[in-house]
Amino acid sequence: MQGMIIATLVVGVIGLLIGVSLVAAGKKFAVKVDERVEQVRACLPGNNCGACGQAGCDAAAAAIVNGEAEVTVCPICDEKASKEIGRIMGVDAVAGVKKAAFVRCAGDCEKTKEKCNYVGIHDCRAAVLAGISVWECDYGCLGFGSCAEACAFGAIRVENGVAIVDADKCTGCGRCMAACPKNLIELIPKDKKVAVRCSSHARGPEVRKACTAGCIGCTLCVKQCEEGAVTVEGNLAHIDYDKCVGCEKCAEKCPAKIITKL
Amino acid sequence: MLRKTFHGGVHPADGKKFARDIPFQTYLPKGDLIFALNQHIGKPAKPVVQKGDTVLAGQIIAEADGFVSAHVVSSCSGKVKAVESRTTVAGTLSPCIVVENDGNYTLAEGVGTQREASSLSNQEIVEFVKAAGIIGLGGAGFPTHVKLMPKNPEEIRYVIANGAECEPYITCDDQLMRTAPEEIVAGLKIMLQLFPNAEGVIVIEENKPEAIAAMEKACAGQGKVRVQAVHTKYPQGGERSIISVVAGKHLKLGMLPADVGCVVDNVATIQAIYRAVCKSEPLMERGFTVSGDGVKNPCNLMVKIGTGFAEVLEAAGGFAEGKEVQKLICGGPMMGIAMAGLDVPICKNNNALTVLCEDPVAVAEKQQTACLRCGRCNQVCPLGLTPQMMAVAAERKNYERYEKKLYGLECIACGSCTYICPAKRPLMQLFKQAKAEIMAAKKK
Repeated sequence: MQGMIIATLVVGVIGLLIGVSLVAAGKKFAVKVDERVEQVRACLPGNNCGACGQAGCDAAAAAIVNGEAEVTVCPICDEKASKEIGRIMGVDAVAGVKKAAFVRCAGDCEKTKEKCNYVGIHDCRAAVLAGISVWECDYGCLGFGSCAEACAFGAIRVENGVAIVDADKCTGCGRCMAACPKNLIELIPKDKKVAVRCSSHARGPEVRKACTAGCIGCTLCVKQCEEGAVTVEGNLAHIDYDKCVGCEKCAEKCPAKIITKL
Repeated sequence: MLRKTFHGGVHPADGKKFARDIPFQTYLPKGDLIFALNQHIGKPAKPVVQKGDTVLAGQIIAEADGFVSAHVVSSCSGKVKAVESRTTVAGTLSPCIVVENDGNYTLAEGVGTQREASSLSNQEIVEFVKAAGIIGLGGAGFPTHVKLMPKNPEEIRYVIANGAECEPYITCDDQLMRTAPEEIVAGLKIMLQLFPNAEGVIVIEENKPEAIAAMEKACAGQGKVRVQAVHTKYPQGGERSIISVVAGKHLKLGMLPADVGCVVDNVATIQAIYRAVCKSEPLMERGFTVSGDGVKNPCNLMVKIGTGFAEVLEAAGGFAEGKEVQKLICGGPMMGIAMAGLDVPICKNNNALTVLCEDPVAVAEKQQTACLRCGRCNQVCPLGLTPQMMAVAAERKNYERYEKKLYGLECIACGSCTYICPAKRPLMQLFKQAKAEIMAAKKK
C-alpha cells in the first residue's frame, strides 16, 4: 500500500514539474502570430493557384498582413471576400477588376484545315516541339488541351479543335497562359464586352488562305472606334481595355466577326 | 586489336539500297534562295546586307554574332529580295535572308585562290574555317572553328573523321568518300596540323565497302591517317559511340570530346575545311540525299545551301507514281524531323530528304500499349540511360527526377529505345519534350 502511494506521489510530482516547465517554456519561446493572418487566410480560396504571385494562400495571407501585398492581391476572391479582408486589415478594399482568360483563336475544324496528320503525344507543347504546324494557320490553337489540363477550376474545354474558356468558372489565375505554347490566352476584364478572337500576324491573303475566321487587318474596326481603343499592329487588331467603353461598334462592323461580343 | 562497336544500339533496316550507288549530280536551283540566320547551334548570325543589295556567290551575307556562331554565306549571285522571317525546317518562323538568284553564280573576289596549307599558322587555318562559315555538316550544326580551338591542343590524341553514316536511307557521305577521298584526307591532315600529337582516324561502317576501299587507297602513304572499319549498328555515328570505338573512352556527365582527347567531325565537314583552307571556297554547297520508297528517282545531289526542298524533290523526279506518300522527313527516319510541307530551304546541316509511303509513327501509334517493363530500351541505349524510367518521369512531368536522378539531359535523342519498344511508346518524343522544358526553365 505504502509503495503505491510513493509511486503515485513521485509520478505526480514529476508530472507537475514537467507541466510547469512546459508552460514556462511555452510562454518564454512563444512565436507571436498575428491572428489576422488566420482570419485573412480563412477568406482566401485555399487552392494555392499562385495567381497572386505568392507561394500559396498561406503565404499570400502573411504577405497581406505584413503589408507586402495589397489586400486585393487575390484575383480569385469575390467581392464579399475582398471586403472581408479589407475589414480585417482596416482599409477600404476596392475589389480589383475581375479578369477572365480568353483564347484568341476561333479557327476550329471547319474554319481552318489540317495541314498534316500529326501523330504522337497529344500535348500542345510536344506538338510544337515536333516542329509541325498541325493546322494551316501557324498561329492558331492546336486543340490538344494543354490549357485545359493546366486549369485547376475546370473552366477550359476543347470544342471542335479550339479551346474555349467558361468565363463564369474562370478565376483569372493565368495558369493556362503559361501552359499555352502559342501564347494565345489573354486575361480580359470580365466587365468588357468585346475581344479579338485571332492571333495571326500573317498578311491578309495568307490569313484568308489558312482560315475563314482570321483577322486580315482591314482596320475597319479602328475607324469605328471613337475612343481610339482599337489599333491594328502587325496585321492584327488589338483592343486597349483601358480605353474601351464597350460600345460594341467594332464588333458590329468586323467583316469576319473576329471581334466578338462576349 | 581494333574495337569494332559500342555498347547498345539497334539494327534498323538501312534503306540505303535506293541511292547508295548513284553518283552525285550537281543541282543548280532555279528559284530564290533562302538563307536562315540560325542554321547553326549558338547565336543567330547578324545580317550585313539589306534589301536591294547585290550579292555574289561566296559573299558573307550575315556575320557570326559572338564566339559560338557562324557566318552565313550566299551560295548564288543576285539581289537581296528580303530580310524577313520565313518558315524553316524546324517548323517555326526564323529570320532569313532571301536572295533572288540571277543564275550566273558569279563568284566573289578571292574565292578559289589556291593556298598551301603546310605554310599556314594554326591561327590562320582557324580564321579561314571561320570565314567560310563551316558548321558540323553531320546534323547538329556546331560551328567548326570552335571545335578546332580546344583548350588543350597537345592532349588531343585522335582526330576522328565520322564517315559512319549510320542513319538509314542517307548515302551522301558514302558517295562523298567514294568520289573525293583525297580531299577528305587532305582536310584531315590540315586538322592534324593543329593537333601535333593526334592521329587521324576515318571511321566507316562495314556496309560501305566501296567507301572503305577508296579511303584506304587515299590514306596509303599519308602518315598518321588510317581507316577504321566498324560494325554496322545504329547509332555508330553518334559522337559518343564513335569515341568509345576509336579511343575506348566513355564521355562522362558534362564532358566534351576534347576532354578525352578527341575531336570528331563529319567527313563532309572535313572536306569543307580542305576547300576553305586550300581553295578559299566558303561553304556554298553540300551533298544531299533524296531517298525513300516515295521518290521516283532516289539520288544523291550536290545542292546549293538555301535551295528549297520542293525544288530538290523535283530534281529527283518528284513523288513516285501510283503511290500515296505518307511521310516527309528532313534527314533520316531515326533522327530526322517530320515536315509539314516542302516550302522550306535546305540549311547547311540538312543532309537528306526521306519520302516514305508508310508512316511508321502512325502505325506505331495504333499499336501503342502500356509499358511492358521488358527493359529492352535500357539494353539498347548507347549512353546506358534507363529510358523506361525516364519515360515515367517525363510523363508525370517529374522533371527534377528526370534530370537529377536519371540524367535525362544526356539523352542524344537517337531513337534506339523508341525503335526497339515492343509497346510502341513514343519515348523519344517524351524525352525531347522533357529536355526542352527543363532547358526552358533553366533559361528563366
